[in-house]
Amino acid sequence: MINEAPANLWLMIIALAASAYLLKMFGLVVLGSRQLPKVFDRCLGLIPAALLSALVLKDTFSVGQSLVFDARVAGFAVAVVAAWRRAPLIVVVVLAASATALLRAI
Amino acid sequence: MSETRRVVVSSLTLSGAVGIFALSFGVASVSAGASVWQTCALSLFVFTGASQFSAMSVVGAGGSMVAAFGGAVLLAARNLVYGLALSSSAKSVAGNLPRRLFAAHFVIDETTALALAESSPKLRKVAFWTTGIGLFSFWNLGTLIGALAGSAIDPQKFGLDIAFPAAFIVMLMPHLRSKLGRQAAMLGGALCLISISFLPVGVPILLAATAVLVGVRNDQ
Repeated sequence: MINEAPANLWLMIIALAASAYLLKMFGLVVLGSRQLPKVFDRCLGLIPAALLSALVLKDTFSVGQSLVFDARVAGFAVAVVAAWRRAPLIVVVVLAASATALLRAI
Repeated sequence: MSETRRVVVSSLTLSGAVGIFALSFGVASVSAGASVWQTCALSLFVFTGASQFSAMSVVGAGGSMVAAFGGAVLLAARNLVYGLALSSSAKSVAGNLPRRLFAAHFVIDETTALALAESSPKLRKVAFWTTGIGLFSFWNLGTLIGALAGSAIDPQKFGLDIAFPAAFIVMLMPHLRSKLGRQAAMLGGALCLISISFLPVGVPILLAATAVLVGVRNDQ
């Protein structure tokens, strides 16, 4: 759960909204049709792969700073199989949540 | 005319599907401790899915606001590339400067993909704006419904703490198609797992970003 005051969350939301807008605007309006170096382009394109993978593992295998192995692992496994088979997101989330909830209930 | 119709239909279909994604964001965000208002503000003003998910995932785990912000901004950085890709047709898509400043808010994965899929300037414009406005509407409606539903139930009991990783897995899949994508994902994941126990919460996500350097040497 949140460690800081709700006001800090508001500050973060405002800073994030401003940064996200500036990033979008910078490419579309300021830089125009200039080309970025190929390497830069490729590395930016890899950000989601690196970060999403880290986020999946953090949200499945950790609580705070400790590594744990709990009911979320069942949901994780189910979600991987469902996403692999190209199930729609809502199906993936419902299946994963059911697996985790079921394991907690028994 | 039928061409325009085809573009509008595919844009709105995609927008509806994304609305479902927003439902899970709303639920997950309030489960992580944000209020309904804060959750809606994220969708209205940040309006770039992966960043919103990432920010609340770090905050919910007890991470600092700075760490949450850092990871989310890194994920938003690709919108810069989308803006660049769209800028060659910016005049026909958005017209004068005030319009382009307004259009910038809608520069995300989906609008870029659908606009650039069209070859005529006119259809590009239709694709960009129908996807942008349609998706923005569904994204925010879905977020609100999800947030209200999420605050009415006990997230632990319904296993909703798995909503974040499940959504991240779905978002990750397309990036695993390329060899470089798989390398970055494996390295990023490994860096995160290794550093979780000694770095402050959320910082391992920033460390994982260094995995994009696999793209430096590899020329394909």
